[in-house]
Amino acid sequence: MTTGLDRLKNAFVEALGISPNAAFDDLEYARTPGWDSVAHMKLIAEIESAFDIMLDTDDVIDMSSFPIARKIVAKYGVSLD
Amino acid sequence: MTLEGKVALITGSTRGIGWATAQAFAKEGCTVLLNGQASPQSVDDRAAEIRDRFGVPCRGFCYNVSNTSAVKSCFSTIFKEFRRLDVLVNNAGIMEDSLLGMIPEAMMRKSLEVNVLGPLLHLQEAARLMGRNRAGSIVNLSSIIGDKGKAGQVLYSSTKAAMLGMTRSAAKELAPKGIRVNAVTPGLIQTDLLKDLPEHKLTEALSAIGMGRAGEPADVARVVLFLASDASSYVTGQVLGVDGGMTI
Repeated sequence: MTTGLDRLKNAFVEALGISPNAAFDDLEYARTPGWDSVAHMKLIAEIESAFDIMLDTDDVIDMSSFPIARKIVAKYGVSLD
Repeated sequence: MTLEGKVALITGSTRGIGWATAQAFAKEGCTVLLNGQASPQSVDDRAAEIRDRFGVPCRGFCYNVSNTSAVKSCFSTIFKEFRRLDVLVNNAGIMEDSLLGMIPEAMMRKSLEVNVLGPLLHLQEAARLMGRNRAGSIVNLSSIIGDKGKAGQVLYSSTKAAMLGMTRSAAKELAPKGIRVNAVTPGLIQTDLLKDLPEHKLTEALSAIGMGRAGEPADVARVVLFLASDASSYVTGQVLGVDGGMTI
């Protein structure tokens, strides 16, 4: 069964073109190769589609790593279990 | 130029060009989302008028376009209730005339907030909502003054010129996402913005219009409708004058 965390990881895989086996907790905006501003907006779109939510602009700007993305997505009532 | 099945938000749409645009869109089957700030009742009354006359869904949002939290709340509601936005018309604006040396700072800030910050906030939110469907049309209401300039309107022209830059840059950034961004530059149009214009100024302005008359809000609304509809599906980053051949 696909969990919310799986769907979040998949959004990163699709948007950043990284391996499904990547060390997700190490992913950081502007440091991880491929995670630039263009990819960031793609990532936001992938996350919004995956969970059918609309992120606040402040959260779009604040989403600077995978662990932070987990916290932000959880704010929208999404279960990552 | 049908807008059947589409959802459009039009700011400043309880009167003038915005109201004419709302009616033009509703006539084409569009779900119309109105915005005004006079009072919730006035916005709701206009929404009821659209529903009664055209038989399309219509909802009103009462807020100041430069109020960031109100704009976010509006788009959040659109997402929850409609799950989409196909058209945004950035129409709300104010016109403050004053000679350069007599523009109070408060007036500058107010004009910049309503005429520039407001459209920018809406553009930002709309682009994200439209990006989900990889389609959308944004129409910015600038002014011939923003393009050509006019003595006594340095402040107003500054804000309307900003909308032209906003339009062209956003068009380039959003084209890959299937979102079109265009602007309209109305000339002298019969709206409330003209009501305080002195008679001699009005006569002078009319003499500079090739077609010899001021435009009607509906003249502008038809052009906005064209830019909003699929009739202009390959048009983006353009500025279209609606001025009856006005030279200033």
